[in-house]
Amino acid sequence: MKARYGMAIDLDRCTGCGACMVACASENNVPRLPKATERTGITPMLVHPVSDGKTGVAFIPMPCMQCEDETPCVKVCPQQAVELDRATGIVMQMPQRCLGCRYCMTACPYHSRYFNWWDPAWPAGMERTLNPGVAVRMRGVVEKCNMCHARLHAAEDKAAEAGKRQIEAADYVPACVESCPTGAIRFGDLNDGASEVAKASRTPEAFRLLARLGTEPKIYYTSKRAWVRALAERHPAGEPSQPAAPVAAGGGEVKHG
Amino acid sequence: MKMPRTSIFFGFGVLTALAAGWLVFPRALYERREQPFRFPHKTHAEKSGTSACNDCHTLGKDGEFAGIPKTKDCATCHADRMGSSPAEALLVDNYVKRGRETPWLVYSRQPANVRFSHAIHTRLAGMTCRDCHGAEGESDAVPVYEQNRISGYSRDIWGHSISRLRRAPGDGMKMSDCENCHRRHGVDAGCLGCHE
Repeated sequence: MKARYGMAIDLDRCTGCGACMVACASENNVPRLPKATERTGITPMLVHPVSDGKTGVAFIPMPCMQCEDETPCVKVCPQQAVELDRATGIVMQMPQRCLGCRYCMTACPYHSRYFNWWDPAWPAGMERTLNPGVAVRMRGVVEKCNMCHARLHAAEDKAAEAGKRQIEAADYVPACVESCPTGAIRFGDLNDGASEVAKASRTPEAFRLLARLGTEPKIYYTSKRAWVRALAERHPAGEPSQPAAPVAAGGGEVKHG
Repeated sequence: MKMPRTSIFFGFGVLTALAAGWLVFPRALYERREQPFRFPHKTHAEKSGTSACNDCHTLGKDGEFAGIPKTKDCATCHADRMGSSPAEALLVDNYVKRGRETPWLVYSRQPANVRFSHAIHTRLAGMTCRDCHGAEGESDAVPVYEQNRISGYSRDIWGHSISRLRRAPGDGMKMSDCENCHRRHGVDAGCLGCHE
């Protein structure tokens, strides 16, 4: 049976603590980059603070949206360094194959892709804590969230040892999901109608970011607050049906990426 | 009939280039490194009753392959010398008694971005160890480790047959060797099935 792994992130439960970002970085051997800025850093999982301009605040954790059908990065990559895995629905980035043109970063409407501007480096001794299941990326290549693919590999190995081709759902949980203290990020197979994510994705509170682009993301968000849901379809100035522009918690325009 | 001198020089040059490419370069490319001591797979199979590869090269319950056994596994029999071989003396004196791991050079060590699951290939695909590793389990001594001076990888990755003709089974562990077998069996793993 083919799976379509996805997430349902409850924005009303997210406290913006950032545990998912830390867990992601340590699971995926994201290097420490002292010179990195907000634009040049590597954050496969990034929590964006947003506000309605009054008293309402929310935090939007953004991994790769794992688009389907109209996957912009897959379409533009000249190297076939990214492909949609039909068996899992995961958009798989292969940094070793990437030539670093960054066309995918331009194409991605979610700014979920990151370029390695520097060679990876860690404080002395910390290399020994690296995850052996994830290869370190070199300077000059693009990377992104691969839905903790090393954990899927480990789950497959465990199932194979028992002679099974189908993994146990409990054996494959991405690091951000595991670390979330409020349980805001739920993970599972969207093809399995009984799974928690599939149920959450069907509720009226569920929405996807920039759904009008037709990229069919597999990352769903849920919120009971209408203004949070309206953020998903912010239109650039000049485009019709533009909702009231929300502002970032800091006071300025909401930044994505 | 007299051959023109230019033909002789040309022929000599061609032969020299061919000899350099086929005989000298493959030898010069690899640095020969000795293993820490001689290990006879054959003797172990005959005397200790560990005839199956995975008696020592174990596959854990979590599907993780352990690779080369640790010193403590050797010490279950070789806590003290059992015979008179100098290799065993080295093992006992240098590694078992000092509690150190033997720095074996691993013939099939792959680059860091390669993911290979022994569990999937042996349990699900029904492959044997010999399909990729050859008849290593019957050898009387582990072969000399040949390290590529440019890439740093073992010669077993590229394969021993330079001409790629009359290859022994399991000779070569390159990406194309994996791909050829996958293609023959119609298995598509995608990029991240075998990379990480």
